[in-house]
Amino acid sequence: YPSPCHPAAPPEHIKEPLAYMRKAQGSWEKRILKSLNSMCTELNIPLAQKRPVNEQKELLNKWNEMGTDEPDLRLFRPVYAPKDFLEVLMNLRNPNYENGEQPSFRNHLGLIQVPLKVKDIPELKEDFSELGLNLGQLGIDDSAQVPPEFFENEHVHVGQKVLAEQDSAAAQQYVRQGCPTALRADLWALILNISNQPEDILYYEQLKSNVIQHNLLVDSLIYKDVKLTASNDDYYFVFEDYLYQVLLCFSRDTSILEHFTYSSATPPKSYIQGKLGVEEYAVFYPPNGMINYNSFILSVAPLCFLYHEPSKLYQIFREMYVRFFFRLHSISSHPSGIVSLCLLFETLLQTHLPQLFYHLREIGAQPLRISFKWMVRAFSGYLATDQLLLLWDRILGYNSLEILAVLAAAVFAFRAVNLMEVTSLAAAEAVLADLSTLKVMPLLQIFLFATVT
Amino acid sequence: LRIMAGKVKWVTDIEKSVLINNFEKRGWIQVAENEDWNFYWMSVQTIRNVFSVETGYRLSDDQIVNHFPNHYELTRKDLMVKNIKRYRKELEKEGSPLAEKDENGKYIYLDFVPVTFMLPADYNLFVEEFRKNPSSTWIMKPCGKAQGKGIFLINKLSQIKKWSRDSKTSSFVSQSSKEAYVISLYINNPLLIGGKKFDLRLYVLVSTYRPLRYKLGFCRFCTVKYTPSTSELDNMFVHLTNVAIQKHGDDYNHIHGGKWTVSNLRLYLESTRGKEVTNKLFDEIHWIIVQSLKAVAPVMNNDKHCFECYGYDIIIDDKLKPWLIEVNASPSLTSSTANDRILKYNLINDTLNIAVPNGEIPDCKWNKSPPKEVLGNYEVLYDEEMAQSDGTERELRARPGQPTGLKGSRARDSGKPVLTTWK
Repeated sequence: YPSPCHPAAPPEHIKEPLAYMRKAQGSWEKRILKSLNSMCTELNIPLAQKRPVNEQKELLNKWNEMGTDEPDLRLFRPVYAPKDFLEVLMNLRNPNYENGEQPSFRNHLGLIQVPLKVKDIPELKEDFSELGLNLGQLGIDDSAQVPPEFFENEHVHVGQKVLAEQDSAAAQQYVRQGCPTALRADLWALILNISNQPEDILYYEQLKSNVIQHNLLVDSLIYKDVKLTASNDDYYFVFEDYLYQVLLCFSRDTSILEHFTYSSATPPKSYIQGKLGVEEYAVFYPPNGMINYNSFILSVAPLCFLYHEPSKLYQIFREMYVRFFFRLHSISSHPSGIVSLCLLFETLLQTHLPQLFYHLREIGAQPLRISFKWMVRAFSGYLATDQLLLLWDRILGYNSLEILAVLAAAVFAFRAVNLMEVTSLAAAEAVLADLSTLKVMPLLQIFLFATVT
Repeated sequence: LRIMAGKVKWVTDIEKSVLINNFEKRGWIQVAENEDWNFYWMSVQTIRNVFSVETGYRLSDDQIVNHFPNHYELTRKDLMVKNIKRYRKELEKEGSPLAEKDENGKYIYLDFVPVTFMLPADYNLFVEEFRKNPSSTWIMKPCGKAQGKGIFLINKLSQIKKWSRDSKTSSFVSQSSKEAYVISLYINNPLLIGGKKFDLRLYVLVSTYRPLRYKLGFCRFCTVKYTPSTSELDNMFVHLTNVAIQKHGDDYNHIHGGKWTVSNLRLYLESTRGKEVTNKLFDEIHWIIVQSLKAVAPVMNNDKHCFECYGYDIIIDDKLKPWLIEVNASPSLTSSTANDRILKYNLINDTLNIAVPNGEIPDCKWNKSPPKEVLGNYEVLYDEEMAQSDGTERELRARPGQPTGLKGSRARDSGKPVLTTWK
């Protein structure tokens, strides 16, 4: 949510205080929109179109199994790929900052070259103090070797109490040490203030009927993105149909537009045919202002392990998106924004594993090129689901995405020995290709609390 | 006089890489069937010949095979049901509390196989049952086939006219076991995940009928949305989950092959349904496996040269009750995806580690009780010796001082053997 700021600050400062960041985000958006528009023209498909009645009926009938459809999607392409976004971030420069020196050990050797303030390990240790060595953690102290009396039983008991008292603030504090699997769904809902009231269900049904009535171009993009990502995933393929339902409704949800007041992004506008430039005929397109789904489909999928009612699943996802995940897809100076996360990752690595960082840079394997895709997807699709959920517990608990950067650095630290021996980017990628066996909490603990700084 | 060359000599008539790679990595030597061999991984046809009265031969102490001679007591659909029914009746006769029934006459603890009849032998009994619930659906399965072949669903008596003994229009249906069918009540309320039906395939290793269970079973998912509507009865892709059939469906995805791991299932169920009911479900699954093995133990030829790795197929209904559908003697060793190959490779690896200890030439007088380091992904499901020395054959207590539910689930992760509790 928006950081506190001066009462007289203009609205664009609330979105993003740094002018050069705003400008960069604006150019990026123009580029994406251009790509979308040219796809429309090429394919001669309107951005939005009312569905004929028989098509509406058909869609309603197969609402629960859209995954079985095989429309011709060959001509659709994702509006952009993560590496395009990374290129843009790499080229960010602060025009007020003169750094004529060549990159060296005295300054930053990584890909991100903007002077944002990021935390160092002592500060992170303070911020993430509940992850310390002398406190119990789920993901470590609930393993088979540890008798449950030591930590787990009591922790579960406390969790039940927190839920019984419906104390949202206490829940947020509690999940810093991890959620017991049986309590997680309710705890997250409590923290996100989702209660699935009848009016919420009605709202979801309303969105669903919008989907049935109108066909948007982005629907095909969503479809294609799901097919490319979740359908092939070992864990998430089961929920393919739920993903369509959630994302199609999401694209119609104009309440999402509210988050643009504190996001550096601005929703693209489109004009009713023939009224180009006339503001009264401007509409946000798509209704929720989001175009690219590739990066966040995988942030819906893990939630399917927790919530099986579509309307609740939808609300949880929406809230997670407007609180956290939107920051991964827009250019801003926010500490949880993707730019800061990239810089934090690179700084941690360069400071604490300088030999590794230098080696990888020398062989043309800048570490961020590998870790970017992990962070931009909040590790979804890379970690085993139970580990991912333990990680997201901490995102909710600390109300910050910084842990993603810390984990990325911890992964490199863990595989440092193998990485020192590689001689190419491809080989480095191979060493880090499979994260599915990693246990995130021990890695984080070792990196933050057990490494000599 | 047999020359002990030192290395295990193996034969197989199943040319699968997951097998052969495992033999080769142990440095074992491939020989032909007519030579001296120590280890023979056979197909079920071959085991019939080895133990048949006419063509069979005696196995010596340094030879082991991967099937029990009369495994079909468990692995043929009709015999499995017969044996379980007999077992229940026996327990009832001796007044065992296991055979307790509820007010509707259903077994409380031993009702884990869907109502089943043999056709044509039990045709009239079946009709009586069918008429009690005329809107029910039943599944017809040929006794002697596998991989989903010959299976179909019915919801009208007319669809199985030809199995009626009284039918004048039918030609005489041969009583040979090959054409016999079983008909079972179809579970029309399976647990669905993501709207899809799935079944659970678990591997159970039995050596001398002291069962071990493989932890890494996997769930096979149907790729088509489950619908109980009657018009879909003919759509085999919806109702049957055998990989062999699913592979030909339009939607079959070759990257993950429609399979989930049991730990995914556990995570999903714990997250959406809670820990207690999930633990109860998995306890019940263990119970089913052990009871089914105990049911056939008395009739099983417990030949000391034999071990067997069964594939148990279990379906979970929406009340989280597991049902035993069938047991396979020769679970498929074909791999449909890379993950599948790894799973099956590890399965064979762990199996061989237990069946042929230390990779050395076997001696049939061996103890058959492997040390726990060797179990790999198996966990000890039931140890008859240990149970009897406890003094209670029926109740296996958890280790004292530890809450059973939690420990049961964790031990699975560490691979340590744990005795699960039952009611």
